[in-house]
Amino acid sequence: MGQKDISVRGGRELEGREQTHDLFIRPAVDIFETDEGLTLMADLPGVGKEDLNVDIEQGLLTVQAKAKTNLHAEPRQREFLPGHFYRQFQLAEIFDAEKISAEMKNGVLTLHVPKSEAAKPRHIEITAS
Amino acid sequence: MEMDILKEMESLRREIDGAFKGFGMGSFLEPSFLPGMGLKRFPQINVAQDKDNVYVEALIPGVEAKDLDLTVMRGVLTLTGERKEETGPQRTWHRRERGHGKFMRTVDLPCDVDADKIVAKFSNGVLLVTMPIQEQAKPKKISVKAH
Repeated sequence: MGQKDISVRGGRELEGREQTHDLFIRPAVDIFETDEGLTLMADLPGVGKEDLNVDIEQGLLTVQAKAKTNLHAEPRQREFLPGHFYRQFQLAEIFDAEKISAEMKNGVLTLHVPKSEAAKPRHIEITAS
Repeated sequence: MEMDILKEMESLRREIDGAFKGFGMGSFLEPSFLPGMGLKRFPQINVAQDKDNVYVEALIPGVEAKDLDLTVMRGVLTLTGERKEETGPQRTWHRRERGHGKFMRTVDLPCDVDADKIVAKFSNGVLLVTMPIQEQAKPKKISVKAH
C-alpha cells in the first residue's frame, strides 16, 4: 500500500471542465493510514460547517468549500485571496465509503474512512497440535 | 493615479522587508490561499485599512485560540503561536503537506493605533484583528479661506 492507493487531481485541471472563472484553491492535506482506516486532514481556513461539501461517488472523494472573508476595507498588504477550495481523491476499494465521518474544527476538516472488515490486518494464532 | 504608485511602492517595501526577514521566496509569486508550509510564510496575512481602523487578517487553521499570542509595540504587530500535531498509533503517510510547529510573523502597521482598544477574533481558523486608528493619526481637513 503506497502512494498508488490515492490519486490526487489538482483544482486547476478541473477549472476548464467546470466552465467557471472562479479561483480554485487546492487545500493542503495530510493523509495517513492506520490498521483501522484512513484519516484525511485538510486546511480550510475561513470555512464553516455550512460552507463545506464533502461528496463520495464510486470511491471518488470530493472536498469543496467556499471561504468567506469579513474584510472589506481597502487592502494595504495582500498575501491571500478568498476563493473556492476544491480537491479530489480516489480512494482504494479497501475503504468503506459508507462509514465515512467528517468533523470541522478551527478551519481544519478531518475525515475518517474505516477499512472494510475484509481488508483489516488479521493476526492468526498458530496452535500446536 | 499617483496614489496607486505610492501604494505600489509601499507594497514593494513590504516585500523587500519580508524577503530579508528570512522567509525566503518573498511573495513575488501570485497570492494564494495557504500553500504548504516551509516554502512560504505562515500564517498568511492580509492588511487592510479604512478611515477608523486597521485590520489584520491571518489564516491559521488548526490552531487553538489559546495557543495564539498577539502583541503590539511601536507600530509593529507580532503574532506568535504553535500548531500542534496530533500523535497517534503507527501511521503510513500518504500526503503530508500541512506541517506543524511554532511560527511568528510581524506586521508593520501603516499608522498609529490605539493599543488599548484592539479587538482580536478567531473563528474557523481565521484571526481578525481590528485596531482603531489614533485620533492624531487621522487626516485632518483644513479649510482654506479666500481673502
